[in-house]
Amino acid sequence: MAKVRGAIVVDNELCKGCGLCVVACPTNTIAQAKEVNGKGYNYAYMENPEACIGCANCALVCPDSVITVYKVKVS
Amino acid sequence: MADIDIKDIIREENLVYKKTDVLTDNVMHYCPGCSHGVVHKLVAEVIEEMGIQEQTIGVSPVGCSVFAYNYIDIDWSEAAHGRAPAVATAIKRLMPEKFVFTYQGDGDLASIGAAEILHACNRGENIVVIFINNAIYGMTGGQMAPTTLVGMPTATSPYGRQIDLHGYPMKMTEIVATLPGTCFVTRQSVEKAAAVRKTKKAIRKAFENQKAGKGTSFIEVVSTCSSGWKVNPVKANEWMTEHMFPFYPLGDKKDCEKDPAEDYEKYMKG
Repeated sequence: MAKVRGAIVVDNELCKGCGLCVVACPTNTIAQAKEVNGKGYNYAYMENPEACIGCANCALVCPDSVITVYKVKVS
Repeated sequence: MADIDIKDIIREENLVYKKTDVLTDNVMHYCPGCSHGVVHKLVAEVIEEMGIQEQTIGVSPVGCSVFAYNYIDIDWSEAAHGRAPAVATAIKRLMPEKFVFTYQGDGDLASIGAAEILHACNRGENIVVIFINNAIYGMTGGQMAPTTLVGMPTATSPYGRQIDLHGYPMKMTEIVATLPGTCFVTRQSVEKAAAVRKTKKAIRKAFENQKAGKGTSFIEVVSTCSSGWKVNPVKANEWMTEHMFPFYPLGDKKDCEKDPAEDYEKYMKG
């Protein structure tokens, strides 16, 4: 059965660490990093990369449009 | 199942979502989690989808979104406080082939600009109005706005808004929906992905209405102001869902064409 795998790329330096993508993610893929970026924000990153399904919900709710989403079907 | 490496997923051919090119690369000055960023993105995406980047003129207000011209790569005009619908009226009448929209907050549209918006909608100007309602004056430090909920504490009403002292909150969308010049009046939100998709559809429809010359399209977006409300962005969304949606119910209030002139001319015939 075909399975969908996704991945996101977050622009760490532009992320403001609001955490809206963490709540929007249906598969608990995203978490906020313990490290901070140049502006002092805990940027978002993929904590469970295997769980990502590429639904783009995180990118839709991101106010700063820093998330790029990729999706591929694997069999 | 063969395992696939993250590097193999992150490839140009697998791209499903990226920042639209209509948005500039400037870093937005908005606070973390501000709804303005999402609505800017939706406007930019609609402009890109319709291919009207060169024909669109935005009118930015006074308020947090005064710098909207830094973020969306189209032609802009800046209006005096509350006067965006008047400026948009002039632009649209002089250049009817252009797509004109105003982008206003609740302090701008519902308070100082109440006359301009009501009369622009009443005249049925062929423009799109995007109204960001976060129930507060965000830029100036969280003062009470006309849309502040009863009992909601703000910088200038620390014990909460009281009806006998401050009056009632205004439902601009319902007021505007009663005017004959408007064709599409809706209230949306951007707190979750499904709501964002709905709001984008509404903005698209508003621009299509303008193309068809149907009248004024008015889109209210119920938004958060985490800095003004003194909560974090996630809590702000929860607060909005819990308190604002019951008073500001989401959905289309009106979806038709503006009233035909014949309906009104008959009264003079006697």
